[in-house]
Amino acid sequence: MIEAIFFYAFAAVLLLSAVMVISARNPVHSVLFLILAFFNAAGLFVMLGAEFIAMILVIVYVGAVAVLFLFVVMMLDIDFNELRRGMKQSAPIGALVGGILLGEFVWMYLTWPELAPDMQEKISQPMPHAEAVSNTHALGRILYTDYVYLFQLAGLILLVAMIGAIVLTLRSRPGLRRQSVSAQVSRNPKDVLKVEKISTGSGVS
Amino acid sequence: MWEIGITHFLVLSAMLFTLGVFGIFLNRRNVIVILMSIELILLSVTVNLVTFSAHLEDLAGQVFSMFILTVAAAEAAIGLAILVVFFRNKSSIAVEDISTLKG
Repeated sequence: MIEAIFFYAFAAVLLLSAVMVISARNPVHSVLFLILAFFNAAGLFVMLGAEFIAMILVIVYVGAVAVLFLFVVMMLDIDFNELRRGMKQSAPIGALVGGILLGEFVWMYLTWPELAPDMQEKISQPMPHAEAVSNTHALGRILYTDYVYLFQLAGLILLVAMIGAIVLTLRSRPGLRRQSVSAQVSRNPKDVLKVEKISTGSGVS
Repeated sequence: MWEIGITHFLVLSAMLFTLGVFGIFLNRRNVIVILMSIELILLSVTVNLVTFSAHLEDLAGQVFSMFILTVAAAEAAIGLAILVVFFRNKSSIAVEDISTLKG
């Protein structure tokens, strides 16, 4: 009963904020509703007993991805109302495709036990008892043993993404006067300073 | 109704996926909202994986949902970087202006 109340509350807020993400007039509001959607999804994951994924979702998505979106949306000077032109024309075909997709999903979920009858025998990483080993501990055990190469590959993907983003957005603008530390440090007083003795009353020529 | 089973979570994930696809159609001129819709779709896939992981008591699903998170973060970083560079050159992010390759 209490589980059902929590599920319906999280699910309702999740779906409503997803609707607001795609329909909000201001993209900043879209990003904020995206953050709300991620928080509610994290709540659902806690209900499912996947605490580590829930916390990672909050840290990675809310802390990094959503803030990245927020930066970009606020940085670009765009007339967003102009971009909303033509929304009415594309809504019916989107609703049609979405409706067909949803119908297929629901139809599949109503029949899925027959589609995969031997699912229970195909388990690769049986979950230990929650009392013995916590979710994070169990995930760490298999992530660093059975999935260590995939884990390293994920790190490599993030490295490539980071270098790619830096290379894409870095630019050298001409006509910019930057501080050159090496030129400043290697400046020699003998080359740039001249001390002159001036006799009284003659002045400097 | 009051007994929450796997089907509840799966239908929720399907609805979230559908909303993401609908968002791509609805905002087909605005690249930023399209990227956010893709994030919604990836979130629904993660919900699906974690649901099956909890139902079958198989931890592999949670490991793979972590990899999906990695790919989503990388995709958002690269996509937004391309967007910033494109806006610098064209002063616009409308999808129909992205036709330099004449595709």
